[in-house]
Amino acid sequence: MADKISIGELHLSGCTGCLVTIADNYEGLFKLLDDYADLVYALTLVDVRHVPEMDVCLVEGSCCLNDELSVEELKEARAKSKVLVAYGACAAYGNITRFCRGGQWNQPAHESFVPISEVVDVDLYIPSCPPCPQQVRNVAVMAYLLLKGNDEQKQLATAYLTPLMQLAQRGNEACGCDLMYDVINQGLCMGCGTCAGTCPVRAVTMEYGKPNVNRDQCIKCGACYSQCPRSWFNFDVMNNYEGIMGAIKGAMQ
Amino acid sequence: MDVLGNYKSAISARSTDKDITRKSQDGGIITTLFAYALEEGIIDGAIVAGPSDEPWKPEPMVATTKAELLAAAGTRYTISPNLYLIKEATRSYGLDRVGIVGVPCQIQAVRKAQVYPIGMRDVDDKIALALGIYCMENLSYQALEAIVEDHCNQKMESVKKMDIGKGKFTVYTERGAVSQMPLKLIHKYVQPGCHVCLDYVANLADISSGSVGSPDGWSTVFVRSMKGNAVWDGAMAAGLFETQPMDQVKPGLDLVKKLATEKITKNQKHVDERKTIGLKADGTPKGLRNPYESP
Repeated sequence: MADKISIGELHLSGCTGCLVTIADNYEGLFKLLDDYADLVYALTLVDVRHVPEMDVCLVEGSCCLNDELSVEELKEARAKSKVLVAYGACAAYGNITRFCRGGQWNQPAHESFVPISEVVDVDLYIPSCPPCPQQVRNVAVMAYLLLKGNDEQKQLATAYLTPLMQLAQRGNEACGCDLMYDVINQGLCMGCGTCAGTCPVRAVTMEYGKPNVNRDQCIKCGACYSQCPRSWFNFDVMNNYEGIMGAIKGAMQ
Repeated sequence: MDVLGNYKSAISARSTDKDITRKSQDGGIITTLFAYALEEGIIDGAIVAGPSDEPWKPEPMVATTKAELLAAAGTRYTISPNLYLIKEATRSYGLDRVGIVGVPCQIQAVRKAQVYPIGMRDVDDKIALALGIYCMENLSYQALEAIVEDHCNQKMESVKKMDIGKGKFTVYTERGAVSQMPLKLIHKYVQPGCHVCLDYVANLADISSGSVGSPDGWSTVFVRSMKGNAVWDGAMAAGLFETQPMDQVKPGLDLVKKLATEKITKNQKHVDERKTIGLKADGTPKGLRNPYESP
């Protein structure tokens, strides 16, 4: 028990898909909770009313500036957690809440929604809508190794988490356009099809080997860009894919 | 790491299946391995570069039979975005064990999707076999069209086979004509994204294969991962390949190493040059993004 890390999920303006995604690890979630992490705060899953101290706080949803409680809870979570994660596209990039214009039941005045990094400092991004259960699992295992592991494990976890931390530094706007700006315009795209394969709303198609983004369909989740092998690629981690996949699989057994 | 990546063994090999070698580019390694893996239930289907409406323009497809694999056999020197189907294969096609073939950058994308499955839900443990093909550089379809039709003077639809080897790009037509052009002339058509690639022989694949280093009609095979090793041993035991030790064939592993070193050195230089492509107002170097350093 003492060796576990504590994880919480703060739910702001999101659809709860990210929370469901945690549960989508199925028996893996029980393994995580048995051996690696205590879930200390989460809507419906944990009966705790006020944000507690925790090692890792996953924040789901964007922050509604017209909702005092949201802003306060986000600030409190930042103050009380060692690592704050923008969990999912709404928290990281705004996602569909970027398109809000208020006037909805039952709080018509709620109309200003921002990615959480506009309110507090964020340590790490897990983009996509929703993020994949396997990615949350990997981050949870790596966070455990980072906080409780030996030197070698800490080194591995740092190398693994670095690009996700760099995404948090990169900014809080992302959409299919990033493929154009930061990959194609930069002469980096080689037409592998990852972006089109990863898009959750099928807004990306491949035209003559290069991505074409339907902007009306794009929800600004950042999945295409962060999954693209030419947005970032860390050889030290990826060359050891067999070892890392094996280690995570081993940790989950 | 070595320019050839980590590997357990390197072999010169050729498929014993005549149906496959009649259609395949060289030794028929990829087609034979996928056919074997399908047969044995190692994979439920494979994402390959299948045929499309336009001549020599590949379209990614999920092959679940040997006939479909045969329709996709052979090399087309242009982009096939195979990763496009990787998530789809586990959804619409319902595959639990997916095979995928790709050039080095695509195999890198496969491994990134496994280690960082950000938007690739339920994909990581479903990649059952990733086969890689050697790749120096790739062409857009329009570039390939320009090379075949303008430089080689052949219509795309009349071409039977295209081949790169011995410093030449060669086109064989249905009626028996052979047109060639020096390889160095096609470099200006190469897509820019290839110039930052630091992998020649698909270092991250389970098994990778290509013609370089082996005699005509044979392929050089690197068996790289534990999974690749098991599949290769199984295929060998089933008598699907005839092999020669790599150190007894011409031109041999030295040529593979030479080309890999050339590609990586040239492209590393390009990556470095990107750091200082222009000047800022204060005279300091202004650079382009380095995909290997940070997002």
